Amino acid sequence: MDKKQAAVSLRNVTKTFGSVTANSKVNLDIYKGEILALLGENGSGKTTLMNMLSGIYFPDEGQIFINGKEEVIRSPRDAYSLGIGMVHQHFKLVDVLTAAENIILGMEGKLNLKAAIAKIADICDRYGFEVDPNRKIYDMSVSEKQTVEIVKVLYRGADILILDEPTAVLTPQETEKLFNVLRNMRDDGKAIVIITHKMHEVESLSDRVAVLRRGEYVGDMITADTTAQEMTDMMVGHSVTLNIERPDPVNPKPRIEVKNLTVRNEDGIIKLDDVSFTANSGEILGIAGISGCGQKELLEAIAGLQPAEAGSISYIDDNGEHDELLGKDPLKIAAMGVTLSFVPEDRLGMGLVGNMDLTDNMMLRSFRRGKTVFTDRKAPKHLAEDVVRDLEVVTPGVTTPVRRLSGGNVQKVLVGREIASAPTVLLTAYAVRGLDINSSYTIYDLINQQKKAGVAVVFVGEDLDVLLEISDKILVLCGGKVSGIVDGRTTDKNTVGMMMTRVGGGKLSD
Amino acid sequence: MTNQDKVKEPLFHIVKRDAIPAGKAWGIRVLAILAALVVCAIVTTVLTKDNPLSVYATIFKGAFGSARKTWVTFQDLSILLIISLALTPAFKMKFWNIGGEGQVLIGGLAAAACMIQLAGKMNNVMIIICMIVTSIAAGAFWGFVPAFFKAKWNTNETLATLMMNYIATQLVAFYTVRWEVPKGSGKIGIINQSTELGWLPQIGNKYLLSILVAAIVTIGMYIYLNYSKHGYEIAVVGESENTARYVGMKVKKVIIRTMLLSGGLCGLAGLMLVGGINHTVTTTIAGGQGFTAVMVSWLAKFNPLTMVFTSFLIVFLGRGAGEISTRFGLNHSFSDILTGIILFFIIGCEFFIYYKINFRKSNKKEEEK
Repeated sequence: MDKKQAAVSLRNVTKTFGSVTANSKVNLDIYKGEILALLGENGSGKTTLMNMLSGIYFPDEGQIFINGKEEVIRSPRDAYSLGIGMVHQHFKLVDVLTAAENIILGMEGKLNLKAAIAKIADICDRYGFEVDPNRKIYDMSVSEKQTVEIVKVLYRGADILILDEPTAVLTPQETEKLFNVLRNMRDDGKAIVIITHKMHEVESLSDRVAVLRRGEYVGDMITADTTAQEMTDMMVGHSVTLNIERPDPVNPKPRIEVKNLTVRNEDGIIKLDDVSFTANSGEILGIAGISGCGQKELLEAIAGLQPAEAGSISYIDDNGEHDELLGKDPLKIAAMGVTLSFVPEDRLGMGLVGNMDLTDNMMLRSFRRGKTVFTDRKAPKHLAEDVVRDLEVVTPGVTTPVRRLSGGNVQKVLVGREIASAPTVLLTAYAVRGLDINSSYTIYDLINQQKKAGVAVVFVGEDLDVLLEISDKILVLCGGKVSGIVDGRTTDKNTVGMMMTRVGGGKLSD
Repeated sequence: MTNQDKVKEPLFHIVKRDAIPAGKAWGIRVLAILAALVVCAIVTTVLTKDNPLSVYATIFKGAFGSARKTWVTFQDLSILLIISLALTPAFKMKFWNIGGEGQVLIGGLAAAACMIQLAGKMNNVMIIICMIVTSIAAGAFWGFVPAFFKAKWNTNETLATLMMNYIATQLVAFYTVRWEVPKGSGKIGIINQSTELGWLPQIGNKYLLSILVAAIVTIGMYIYLNYSKHGYEIAVVGESENTARYVGMKVKKVIIRTMLLSGGLCGLAGLMLVGGINHTVTTTIAGGQGFTAVMVSWLAKFNPLTMVFTSFLIVFLGRGAGEISTRFGLNHSFSDILTGIILFFIIGCEFFIYYKINFRKSNKKEEEK
C-alpha cells in the first residue's frame, strides 16, 4: 500500500464556520487505484472536507497536495482542472436538458454535441454505465440521474472521484450496479472516495477506511483487516452495541385496518392499488419497497393528508370500536381522540419548520391549546428542553433555528415531539435516512420503546437489514400493490428483495 | 514539499458568518449610513458645487425645521407606517401583496363616498362610523379578491394585487368626475368644507390622531404576529405550506384571513388620509406609499417595532429631499439621487452582516507558523 502514489494529500486542513469548527487539522491521503470510505457521524465534517477538495469551500488553514504538488483550489473549475470531481448528495442537473447537454454544460470551447455523445458512449463502455445521452433528465429515475452525474465528472477528465452518500437513494440492485462501476474505475487507476453510513457497503466496496470524529482525523484502516464493530467504535469514540432488539409483541390487537385502499396522485397515476392490511398495537409493521412505490401515499393517507379514490382506513380503539379515518384531515382525526404521530420523510419540508427554533417547532402540535387567542410558549419550551436532554440533541439551545442542527439532531427533535403526545399509532418514513450509526440506534430504541408501550408502529424503511431486524411483520409494496406480508422473524433478505421487484416475489417463474 | 512562494492564496474569499452579535450588526449598519453620507457629500460637491454639510443641514431642517414641519413629518411617518404594518402579515406569509396602493385608495374612496352621499342624511357620528366600517371593508375586499384566487386556483398574487391597483385608481378617477365640485373643475375639492361632516375628530391638534392610530396598530401588530395563534399560523404557512397542512392548519383559510387583515388595515390608512388629513380624494392620494411600504417592511425584516425606524428613515429623507430642491434650486431628482445612494448602502450592508471577507494572510504570518 505504501508504494502507491498519493493522488491527494491533505495536511493540517482546518475549516471553521463562525464558531463551529467543521474540520480541525485534518491529515488525509487518498491513493490512486483505491476506494477509500470516509466514515464519521453526522456533523463530523466529512462533507465539508470533501467540499474543500472540490472547490466549494476554501480552507482557513492547511495545504492540499495533488499528485505531490501543492495546489490552491479556489473554485469547482480549479478542482476540475486538477482532475477532482464530486458527485453530490443532491444532484445538480438541469431537468429540461438531455443527459449529454447536462454533461457538457459549462465547458469551454466549441459546442459539438455529436463528439460529446461519442465520448460519453466511450466512457460508458469503458466502465459499464448505461446512459442514453439523448434522454431528458426529467424522464430519468434517481439512479439514472446519478449515473449522469458520475459520467459528467468523468467526462471532465476527473481521476479523483468523490461520492457523497451515493446509495442513499438507490435500491439494492442499483447499488450493486453502481459498486461494479466503481470497482471498474478503481481498476482503471482512479482514486475514489465514498462517503456513506451503511456499514455493509463499506465492507463490500472499500479497500481502506478513514474515520473522522468531530472534525478531527482519527485514523485509517485496511477494510479487510477490520470489522463493522471496530469502525463504529472508532467513529463514535466509545463502544456501541450493533444489535437492534426485537421484543415479542405484548397482547397485540388490531389498531389500524386498511381495506382495498386505492390512491391516485395529482397526475392521475395510481400510487396505491387495492392495498389491504392490519397494523396491530404493540407491533412494528415494516414497509419495504423500492422508493416511490406508494410508501409516502400510504402513510399520508392514514395521517389524513392524502385523499383516496376507494377503500377504507379504520382506527380501532381499545374497546373494538371502528372509526373511519379516510376523508378526515389531521385536525378532525385529532378531534376524534386519535393520537396519531407521523414522522414524515421530508423532515424540514413537512415535519418541522427549519427557520423556527426548537420551542416553536414543538408548538406545531400544541399551539391550539388554551382558550385565549394567544399562544402559550411555556409548555413547548419545557418540552423542547426535555427532548434536548432526554434524546441528547446537540444544539446551542432551544432558541436555535432547527435548520442549523445536523440531520441526526433534526430527526431527534421531530421524533421527540411526535412521541411526546403519547400516540396510539406511530407512522415513520425513512426514520434514519442520512443519520449516522449512533443516531440511528437512538431512533431504533425510541421506536422500540413505543412498541413496548403498546403503540402500533408503521415503519417505512429502505435498509432491508434493518427492516428484517426490527419488524414483527413486513409488508412489501411493489408498484403500489401489496406484494406480500411476511413474518419479520422467519423471512430473509432474498425473499423480501424478490418481492420488492415483483408482486408475489419468487413464486412466479421466469 | 514544494516551494511555498509558488502557491498563491486568492486575495480574499467570502465566508458565511455563523451568527453575529446584535451590537456588531448595528455597528455595520451605522457604518453603512456614515459611508453613504460621505458618498452623498462627494456627489453633491462634484455635481452642484454646494457645500455638502449645508445640504445635510437643509435635509434636517426640511424634516424638523419648525414645529409644523416636525408634526407633518410624524404624520407622514404614521401613514407610511400603517401601510407598511398592513403589508407585513401578508409578507410574513410569503404572500407578496404589492396592492397596498389600491387597497389604500379604495378605502379612501369608500370614506369619501360616505362623506358625500350621507351628508345631511344622518348625524356626524353616524357618518364617521359608516366611514370607518366601509373603508376598512373596502380595503379588506381589495385584499380578499387576490387571496381568494390564490387559495382557490393558486394564481399569482403579485400580478393580481398589482392589477387591483389599477382598478382602484380608475374607480377613483371615475368618481372624481362624478362628484367634481365645482362642475368642470376635474376634482372633488375639500368635502363638506363648511359643515365638516365626516371629518375625523382632532385630538389635541390635527396631526395627532393618525400618529395615535399608527402607534396602536404598531403595538397591536407586534403582539398579533409574535404572540397570537393567528400570527403563529401565518409564520408556519409562510415557511412551509406542507408543514402547515401536516399539523392540520387550513392553509386557504389562513391566506384569506390574513389578506382580509392586510387589506383592511390599508383601508384604514385610506380613511386616515381622506377623513383625517386631506378631506378629499384624488387618484394620487396614496402617493406611491403602497409601494414604498414594501421597502419599509422588508428593511425592517417584518418586525413591526423596527418598522418605526425604517419608515422614519424614508420619510425623513423624503421630506429633507423636498427641502433641498427648493432651497438650493435643485430639482427634485437630485434629492432622489441622494435617497437612492443612502438606501443602496443600507440594503447593501446586509451582505456584510451575513458574510465576512477573509483577506489573504500576509506572508509574515505564515512564516511565524
